[in-house]
Amino acid sequence: MDKIKCECGHLNPYGTILCESCGKPIQEEADHQLLNMRYEGTARRSQTYNTNFVDKTWNFFSSVKVGVWLIVITLIASAIGTIFPQQMYIPQNVNPAAHYENEYGVLGEIYYLLGFHNLYSSWWFVLLLGLIGVSITVASIDRGIPLYRSLKNQRVTKHENFLKRQRMFGTTKRPEDEEQFIEEAIFRLKEKRYKVRREGNNILAEKGRFSRWGPYVNHVGLIIFLLGAMLRIVPGMYIDEDMWVREGETKAVKGTDREYYLKHEQFVLETYDPKEERYSDALNRVGGTVVKNYQSDVVLYKADKKLPGAKPELTEVKEYPIQVNRPLQFDGFSVYQVDYRQEMSEMSFQLQNKETEDAIGEFTVDLQNPKNEYDLGDGNKVILRNYYPDFYFDKERNQPATRTNVPNNPAFIFNMITPETPDGEIAFIGIRQNLDPSGENQYKIAFNGVDTEFITGLTVNRDYTLPIIFVGGIIFMIGVVQGLYWNHRRIWLKLNEEEVWVAAHTNKNWHGIKREVDDVTSKLQLNPAIDQQEKKKER
Amino acid sequence: MAELSSSLLYAAFIIYFIATAVFAVALTVKKSDEATTMNKWGRWGYILSIIGFISQLGYFITRWIASGHAPVSNLFEFTTFFGMMMVLGFIVIYAIYRLNVLGVFAMPVALLVIAYASMFPREIEPLIPALQSNWLKIHVTTAALGEGILAISFVAGLIYLIATINQSKGSKKTGWLEFVLYTLLSTLGFILVSLYFGLTDYQATFNWINENETEAELVYELPAIAGPHEGELLTEDKFGPLFEAPSWMEGIDAPKKLNTFIWSLLSGGMLYGLLRLLLRKRLGAALQPLLKNINTELVDEISYRSVAIGFPVFTLGALVFAMIWAQEAWTRFWGWDPKEVWALITFLFYAAYLHLRLTRDWHGERSAWLCVLGFVIIMFNLIAVNLVIAGLHSYA
Repeated sequence: MDKIKCECGHLNPYGTILCESCGKPIQEEADHQLLNMRYEGTARRSQTYNTNFVDKTWNFFSSVKVGVWLIVITLIASAIGTIFPQQMYIPQNVNPAAHYENEYGVLGEIYYLLGFHNLYSSWWFVLLLGLIGVSITVASIDRGIPLYRSLKNQRVTKHENFLKRQRMFGTTKRPEDEEQFIEEAIFRLKEKRYKVRREGNNILAEKGRFSRWGPYVNHVGLIIFLLGAMLRIVPGMYIDEDMWVREGETKAVKGTDREYYLKHEQFVLETYDPKEERYSDALNRVGGTVVKNYQSDVVLYKADKKLPGAKPELTEVKEYPIQVNRPLQFDGFSVYQVDYRQEMSEMSFQLQNKETEDAIGEFTVDLQNPKNEYDLGDGNKVILRNYYPDFYFDKERNQPATRTNVPNNPAFIFNMITPETPDGEIAFIGIRQNLDPSGENQYKIAFNGVDTEFITGLTVNRDYTLPIIFVGGIIFMIGVVQGLYWNHRRIWLKLNEEEVWVAAHTNKNWHGIKREVDDVTSKLQLNPAIDQQEKKKER
Repeated sequence: MAELSSSLLYAAFIIYFIATAVFAVALTVKKSDEATTMNKWGRWGYILSIIGFISQLGYFITRWIASGHAPVSNLFEFTTFFGMMMVLGFIVIYAIYRLNVLGVFAMPVALLVIAYASMFPREIEPLIPALQSNWLKIHVTTAALGEGILAISFVAGLIYLIATINQSKGSKKTGWLEFVLYTLLSTLGFILVSLYFGLTDYQATFNWINENETEAELVYELPAIAGPHEGELLTEDKFGPLFEAPSWMEGIDAPKKLNTFIWSLLSGGMLYGLLRLLLRKRLGAALQPLLKNINTELVDEISYRSVAIGFPVFTLGALVFAMIWAQEAWTRFWGWDPKEVWALITFLFYAAYLHLRLTRDWHGERSAWLCVLGFVIIMFNLIAVNLVIAGLHSYA
């Protein structure tokens, strides 16, 4: 398409509304109307071409209306996702379909059927975010580049038709001494920290132009943010693993490919002292205990690289108390305190004579690694025939069984061997259960005590996308502040044959620029510039 | 120290109250030119607001010393702080625009917020491990400041609507405006009812099956209109319940919250009805003549300006700082927790507002309605998400 040559000599791109240089309206409208100064009347692709598919797609995404709709749809979808808990927040050991129905009735069932229990990772929600990303990109390119061109090419001397059709405009009779007037005008404008340019009898005072770039800067920040978030799906960018470590246990840190090992020395669980005066009221009201600290004292080791299968040599890197809010950090990894369990670790028993209850010997079973046989001396021993860490009675098969390998409810079948009963006697021991299957035992096993231990729940996280996301966030904040805390203000002064013309424009905050212009005009003894938009309304 | 702290808060409350009255007088000053912008009365109202703010700042600092942590850790502390940030937002915006009518509406809304806050348990609570971080003070205070400034845009929007909506006959618009005013009255009603039954020490205990499917006692501090599902009243000679809360209502002590909600609506309805009887017209119509001299263009600009100032602060506090802290405390910067989602919704809403205003010329009335809706979202996130939707942020 041909470029348009303005009468001032500037070549404008096809589709331009106001000349980039002198501001003369190129596409004439009724000339009493105020100019639409949005994007400086530049030639925007979306406003210029609308014939083929590419144009139409471009125009669709560059529309702010479409952008706002996308935002509103995302907003409503996000809100729907909070009506019932997302699947990640319901108990993990239940069937989600049943859970939503049981807990929330018919509505819960519908919620589940529509897939709202995983709304934020659904394809359509991700697609919405993607469309917003496209919209931001297209809209910014469509507006930002022409705007930049126009503001760079603007010249001081503006077309009369441009000035007179600004929202703020005023005329005064031309002063006697024009040179003195212009110098004073420049001084007054500089006083208000305007950058002032002069071309003969024309003045352009401008400030805060950089705030016009705010929206584009913040959109760039958002795009970087969204791209960063998308990068998570690239293998190796994001590691997130849970691990449980018992006190005293050393384990390879998940996700580090056995390069790092962690020893859990001790778990610390502190609660607030109800006698502490300043909190006593609150603690009494709650009526329970309030936890003060969850902490895993750990030692981090680095393993030397050896052949697979060989036992690694560990070198201590550091000792660290992992607390909530204070993760252990090394080599890009963070290890967080997220959970803990308390489990029974050891049970001790006594072998007794059933009638006299005289003790024959004592032994302790390690619930994680029970031994097969406990020798009590003098020919007495106890053989562990069967161990059920998480005992229940399987009614279908009519035999004892275990649910898990976790010692939540340990039960044992022991064979007691003494010099008097060399063939052994069978005893079944569980929590609060002590059975003698034959009913003829001479000996019994008595429960003598239990030891517990803590198992800490840690999360290992390494996220290489974080720096990108962080940079995106910072750029976004800079752009938002740049665009919203400053305004782009311009004041034009023109001396023609008979009059002094004042015109002013700001991209926002008219209240502010009016005050400034009023101050300047009164100091220069000019008639105040009139807000032609308000005037029009009064008519 | 804790007692001094409460006294300072009480003093701040009284001073804000007086400041409201002084601003109201400033608005009725006869000379119409002076009435809307700063005059002698307006200046005093402003000075009082600042004194009240300083007093509340004193409450904040002394409570911090007494508790050993920034007092923004539960619903009472946060909501009080939010009220304080509203006053700060007002102080800043008034300094720019000097509009007395802003004080007449901003201060009462802040008062309502602070009074509402005091209905939550006020004891100093110890910090659970998840809250023991410097980010507590950074994230929460910045978010509250942002919300406080955004709340001023609601106040300005409300003023705009009261001043401009055609009250000559009832319409959908007047209806919605009445609804907004009724909601404010319901908050007042809730406070008055709670105060009354608090002073008379009302208690009715129910036996019921709670949300964890265990038998428990539920103590009502207000007479039970809605009782627990299949609950049994243990206290004798107590009122109600008129009906039982539906069993599908979830959350901690859901029936009690429903009951409180019903009381708020009823008492708000009574206050509203009483006012309507006294005034013999819509509240909006009764308020409108008081605002006849104000510059509505300026009010519109104030509502926009508050969003322009508040939006970046809110984003920084409620999203950026929040994400940094979440990464540190919960291993991920974003987890779609309801509170997080509603902060995002607030962000998206004001982003849409800014786009509509700056590029699609949504000024004046449309802009004002959006500002009202924005405040509804903020309050929803503050109250409903904590009390109704259980999540990681339910600290109260």
